[in-house]
Amino acid sequence: MEKFTVHTGRAVPLRRSNVDTDQIIPAEYLKRVTRSGFEDGLFSAWRNDPSFVLNDSRYDGATVLVAGPDFGTGSSREHAVWALQDYGFRAVISPRFADIFRGNALKGGLLPVQLSESDVAALQDLAESDPAAEITVDLDAREVRAPGLTVSFDIDDYTRWRLMEGLDDIGLTLRHTDDIAAFEASRPARMPVTQ
Amino acid sequence: MARTESARTVSARTMAEKVWDAHVVRRTDGEPDLLYIDLHLIHEVTSPQAFDGLRNTGRTVRRPDLTIATEDHNVPTTSGPIEDPVSRAQVDALRRNCEEFGIRLHPMGDASQGIVHVIGPQLGLTQPGMTVVCGDSHTSTHGAFGALAFGIGTSEVEHVLATQTLPLQRPKTMAIEVEGALPPGVSAKDLVLGIITQIGTGGGQGHIVEYRGEAIRGLSMEGRMTVCNMSIEAGARAGMIAPDETTFDYLKGRVHAPQDWEAAVAAWRELATDEGATFDKVVKVDAGKLSPWVTWGTNPGQGAALSSSVPEPRDAADERALEYMGLTAGTPLRDVAVDTVFIGSCTNGRLEDLRAVAEVLKGRKVADGVRVLIVPGSVAVKEAAEAEGLGDVFEAAGAQWRGAGCSMCLAMNPDKLAPGERSASTSNRNFEGRQGPGGRTHLVSPAVAAATAVTGRLTAPADL
Repeated sequence: MEKFTVHTGRAVPLRRSNVDTDQIIPAEYLKRVTRSGFEDGLFSAWRNDPSFVLNDSRYDGATVLVAGPDFGTGSSREHAVWALQDYGFRAVISPRFADIFRGNALKGGLLPVQLSESDVAALQDLAESDPAAEITVDLDAREVRAPGLTVSFDIDDYTRWRLMEGLDDIGLTLRHTDDIAAFEASRPARMPVTQ
Repeated sequence: MARTESARTVSARTMAEKVWDAHVVRRTDGEPDLLYIDLHLIHEVTSPQAFDGLRNTGRTVRRPDLTIATEDHNVPTTSGPIEDPVSRAQVDALRRNCEEFGIRLHPMGDASQGIVHVIGPQLGLTQPGMTVVCGDSHTSTHGAFGALAFGIGTSEVEHVLATQTLPLQRPKTMAIEVEGALPPGVSAKDLVLGIITQIGTGGGQGHIVEYRGEAIRGLSMEGRMTVCNMSIEAGARAGMIAPDETTFDYLKGRVHAPQDWEAAVAAWRELATDEGATFDKVVKVDAGKLSPWVTWGTNPGQGAALSSSVPEPRDAADERALEYMGLTAGTPLRDVAVDTVFIGSCTNGRLEDLRAVAEVLKGRKVADGVRVLIVPGSVAVKEAAEAEGLGDVFEAAGAQWRGAGCSMCLAMNPDKLAPGERSASTSNRNFEGRQGPGGRTHLVSPAVAAATAVTGRLTAPADL
C-alpha cells in the first residue's frame, strides 16, 4: 500500500448525499478479475450527464472528493475504492461514511476524512467558487487546511500509523500466527467444517 | 496464550459482545482486536483479486475447511451456459482458484448451488455464536441465527483466506426493540423497510444491531433472515437475533448441524443478551403501526405505507429521487404502474417467500404486459418449491419460473430492467440503476410483489 502522510490537491464538490457504491461503480464493471483500470467505471451513469461535476474541465486533475453525508453506502465492493483511486483521488471528505466503504478505503490507502456538515459545505463552497483552490489533507497532523479554513479530524492512532507507514495488514497479522494456532486449538469441536 | 478474558465477562453483556469476546485471538491496547472467523463464504465477484494477492505474495489459504464457495452473481437463470464472456471468465476464475487452493465449490448445476446467503443456512453451516464473513454486504443475513456476520471488502477476503482472522475495532451496540405484534398481512420485509424508513440509511452506522421484542420472536427463520439481511441498508455493520426454539428447530437435522446436538443447544442458549446489559443506542419501533410498505425513492430509507401517497420532498435528495423515479408528490402509491415484478434475492428468495407469492397467485393471472420473474434463492429452494407444486402455480399464472441466482437484484446476469422501466422488487436496494441502467425500483414484500403482478400497479393482497 502506498504511504499516506500529507496530500495537497484541488477538490471536486459533489453535492449529493447517500452516494451509494452502485453509483461509484456499477455492477457491470465488477465482472473484471483485475485490480486496476477501474477509472472508466467511476460514476459512469452520472458522467453521461454533461452537467455532472466530473465533466467540468475546471476540475480535471483534482484529487480530493468532497461529498455529502452517507458516502459509500450499499455494497461491500472494494472496486468502489479502486475506481476512485484509479481516477486519481487520494482522499474523500464527507460528514459520514458507510462502514464497509470506510474500511475498504483504509485498506487501500484512500483516506476517508469525516468532517462536520458545515465544514464540508464550506469546502464545497470553496471548490465551487475557486476550482483552483488547493486543499491539504494532513494525516500526520490530523488536519484539513484550505484557504480560510483549518479543521482537525479524528482517526485512531493505529490506523494512522498503518497508513503513514504503508503497511500490509496481512503481514502484520502473520506475525501472530502462534496466537492464531493457540486459538484454533481451543475452538469448540462442534464448530462446523466445510469438508 | 493471548486470548484475554476482558472485564466485560463478569458483568452483563449483550449477545454481540459475547460472540465478539469469544473470538478474540489477540487483544492489545491501542490496536484493533484480532478476531477469529469461523466461516468464510466466497463467490465469484469479490474474490479473484484476493486469490491473485495470495499468489503474488506466495501465501496460501489457512483453513480451506472453514471456507465454502458458490457461483451466484453472474449466473443466468435460464438453462444453458453463460453467454457473456466477461461473466464467464469471472466464474472460470473462481473454479480455478477453488481447485488450486482446495476450496469446496458449488458450481452452476450443482444440487447445493445458490445465493451465498441462502446456501449457508440451508446447509446448516451458519450456526449461533459463530463469526461469518463474506465479500458481500448482505452477509448480515446470517445474524438471524445469533451469529456475528458481516460483509467485507476484497482486501479483507484475502486477509481471511491467509490468516482466518480479521483485525477489527469492535463496533458499538444498538437494540432495535420492536414492540407489539405485527398486524395481519404485515411481513418481515414490511417490518424491516419500516425500520429503515424510521432510522434512515445511516441510522445503524458503526453499530451491531440486535433486533428484539415480540414481533421478532414471532418471526420464522426465513423472516428473521429477511430482517437481518437488510441491516446493511440501515448502515449497520451487522444485525443479530438471539437464537431460540425457532432457530434450533430450523437447524436440527441439517447436513452440517452439530453431532452433539444437546451440548450445542445448551451452549447456544447462553448467547442471549444478559438481563441488565446495556446497549450504546436503543430504538423503539411500534409494530402495530406497520402496514405493507414500499419504497418510492432511490435509497431504502425513502419508504412509505403502500396505502399512502408519494410524499412531498423534504430536501434536494428527495427531489432528485422523485425526478429519477418519474414520480410526483401526492400520487397515491397504489396508482403507480409497473413493467416488471422481480421475486427473489438473498432478501426474499427462500421457500416461505415463494409460498407467500403462490398464495396470492393461485387461481389468478399476471396482468397483461407485466413481466414477472420468480427466481429461487438456491437449487434446493427450487426443488422444494416444485415438490409443493409452487412452480406450477407460478407458470399457470403467467410468471417466469427461473433457475437459482442473484439475478435482477443487481443485474450482473442477463436479467435487467431497460432504461426507464419500473419494477416492484423483493430485493434489497432501490439505488439508481441497480436493476439495470436507468431502471426504477420499488422495494416490496413477496406478497405485495405478487399482488402487484396481478394488477400491474403497486398493490397489497388485501386490495385484490
